[in-house]
Amino acid sequence: MAKLTFRTDRCKGCGLCVAACPKGLIAIAKDKINQKGHHPAELTDPDACVGCASCATMCPDCIIEVER
Amino acid sequence: MKGNEAIAEAAIQAGCRHYFGYPITPQTEVAAYMAKRMPKIGGCFLQAESEIAAINMVYGVASAGKRVMTSSSSPGISLKGEGISYMAGANLPALVVNVQRGGPGLGGIQPSQSDYNQATRGGAHGDFHLLVLAPASVQEMADLTMLGFDLADKYRMTAMILADGTMGQMMEPVEIHPREIPECDKSWALTGTKMQRERNIINSLSMDPYDLERMNLERYERYAAVERDEVRYESYRMDDAEICVVAFGIAARVAKNAINEARKQGVKVGLIRPITLWPFPKAPLKAAAETCKSFITVELNMGQMVDDVRLATECKRPIITCNRTGGVIPSAAEVYNAIMNAQKGGQAE
Amino acid sequence: MSVVFQKPHALTDAVLHYCPGCTHGIVHRLVAEAIDELGIEGKTIGVAPVGCAVFAYDYFNCDVAEAAHGRAPAVATGLKRAEPSNIVFTYQGDGDLASIGTAETVHAAARNENITVIFINNAIYGMTGGQMAPTSLPGQVTQTSPYGRDVNHCGYPVRICEMLATLDGPEYLERVAVNNVKNVRAAKKAIKKAFQNQIDGKGFSLVEVLSSCPTNWGMTPVKALEWIDEKMIPYYPLGVYKDRSAGKGEAK
Repeated sequence: MAKLTFRTDRCKGCGLCVAACPKGLIAIAKDKINQKGHHPAELTDPDACVGCASCATMCPDCIIEVER
Repeated sequence: MKGNEAIAEAAIQAGCRHYFGYPITPQTEVAAYMAKRMPKIGGCFLQAESEIAAINMVYGVASAGKRVMTSSSSPGISLKGEGISYMAGANLPALVVNVQRGGPGLGGIQPSQSDYNQATRGGAHGDFHLLVLAPASVQEMADLTMLGFDLADKYRMTAMILADGTMGQMMEPVEIHPREIPECDKSWALTGTKMQRERNIINSLSMDPYDLERMNLERYERYAAVERDEVRYESYRMDDAEICVVAFGIAARVAKNAINEARKQGVKVGLIRPITLWPFPKAPLKAAAETCKSFITVELNMGQMVDDVRLATECKRPIITCNRTGGVIPSAAEVYNAIMNAQKGGQAE
Repeated sequence: MSVVFQKPHALTDAVLHYCPGCTHGIVHRLVAEAIDELGIEGKTIGVAPVGCAVFAYDYFNCDVAEAAHGRAPAVATGLKRAEPSNIVFTYQGDGDLASIGTAETVHAAARNENITVIFINNAIYGMTGGQMAPTSLPGQVTQTSPYGRDVNHCGYPVRICEMLATLDGPEYLERVAVNNVKNVRAAKKAIKKAFQNQIDGKGFSLVEVLSSCPTNWGMTPVKALEWIDEKMIPYYPLGVYKDRSAGKGEAK
C-alpha cells in the first residue's frame, strides 16, 4: 500500500522516474501538457506501486512525494 | 614605527581580526606584523595562495559581517580587482591597502602614485567607487586605516588606503589608541539563520536589467552621501595664496618643503592636499580657482590627479605639472622651480 | 501511511531553472537532505559558484554567498574563519572548480580547510552552452572541440580526486555518480559524510559527483545517465580517494 503524489505542474517530463521504476509503473502522459509546457509523468497503476521511492530518488525536480 | 606596521596595528585597534594577503614588496611588513599579532589576540592571519584568493577570503569574512582587510602593492591590486568589483556589487565593507610601486606591469619596487586612476575610478569592471584615503605621514597611515574601517561599515563599501612605498617604509613616531567602534547595522550578514530569520544572500548578480539598475542607483545614492559628507583635505598656507600646489601623499610632503622655501622668497604659494582622493575635494579647488592665478600638480606618475584638478577648477587657470614616474620622487628643488616658473607667469607644460 | 519521501526543508520551494533531466537537481536535494538530517540548517552557509548552479542561492534554504567564478573555496575559507562554528559548503561545477578555480581548490585542500565541497563533474560547460570543460573526455565533441577533444592540442582531462589525493592536507575525497538509484544513495551517503566531517572538525571534504548534462551532450536524459556509466566512470572511477580518519591516505 503506497501513495505517490506528483506536483505535476513542476514536472519537466524528463523521464528519469520512468526509467527508474522497477515495475514500469510510471509513464509520460503524452495527452497532457502542464503549465510549463511539458508532458508530465504519471503513475499508471497506483495499486501496483509499493512505494520504493526509486522514482523520487531520481527525480531532479523533487516533484514526487511518497507515502506508504 | 614603520608606516606599514602602523597600518597593521591600527587595523587591529579598529577591531579587525582577519587579515589575508600575499607577499609583495613594498608592503610585506603589514603581513609580517599581522602574522605575529593575530594569533596572540584570537585573530586570523592567513597567507593566501594568491592575491585573488586573498581578496575572496576578504569577501567571505566581510559577508559574515566582520571587519577584515588585505594589503598589497600595485600588481597585486590589479589581481584583486575582480574581488573588489564583486564586493562593490555585493555592498560589502572591507579595507584594502595599496602601497603603490611603479608600473605598469611588474614595474619596479620604488614608490609611485601611478595607481591613482585605478583607485579613484573603482579599478575594475562595473559602476562603482572605492573610498580612497591618501596618508602623508605614518600617523595618518594609522588614523586613516581606522577611519577607513568606520567609513566602509557606514557606507557598505570598500575603503582603500592609497599609500606608496615611501609611506610604507618610512619610520615616524605614531600614537595608536584603542577606540570605540561605531554601532553599525549588519543584519544583512551571513551568520546562519538560526532558524529564526529569513535567509540572507550576498550577491552581485541580477538577471533583470531594471533590478540591476535599481541596485546601482541605490549604491550611487550612498556615494552621493559620501561625496557630500566625507571629503577630507588639508589646506596649507592658502590664505593669501596666488599659486596653489595640489599634491597628496609623499608628493605633498615634498611640496610643503618647496612652498616654505618659496614663501621665504616672498612667493604667495600654498598647498591643497587631498586626503580623500575619492571623494575628491572639488569645492576647495573650485574656490581656489577664484583666488589663485595658477596651479601646480605634483605627482609620482605621468599626471593622473591633474585631470581631477582640471575638472574641479573647470579649466579656469593654467596648471603646471611636476611629475616623476617609474619610482622616482620629485625633489623639493623641482617643485620649487615649478613654483618659480608659475610665479613668472610660466605656462602649463 | 506515513511520508517516506518528500522535499527536504533545506531546499526552498523555488522551481529549479535546470534543464529537464539535469542531475543538478538530484545533487541539490541530496545536499539539502544531508543538512536536514544533520540538523544544521540554521548554521549552514552555502557558497554558490558561477556556472549552471549560479542560482543555487535561490534553492538552498540557508544563508548563501555568491562567489566569483572559481573563488568559492576562498570565500568559504573567509566565512569559515570568520565563524568556525558555522557549517560552510561550496557547490561548484567543473569549470569553476577544476579550471578557473584550480588554485583555490588545491590550496583549500592543502590547508585542510574545514569546509565541505560539492563538485559537479558533467564534463562540459553548461551555462554558456556546451563548451569544452577541463573534465571533458578525450574525443568528446563540444562547441569548442567540434572535432572531438584532441589531447595533443588541448591536453587531457583533470582528475580532481586523484590529484588532490596526492596532498597530505585533505581529510576526505570521494567520487560518486547520480546516474541510478543505487549510485544516488551512495552519493547521499558520501555527501552526508562530507558534512559530518566538518561538524567533527576533521577538515576538507570534497565529493565529486559525476553528473549529466543531457542538453549539451545532445542526448535524452535517460541516455545521458547511460553515458555516465559507459564513458565517464571508466575515465573517472568511483570510490573513496582519501579518508584520513579511516586510515586511507594518512598524512606523511
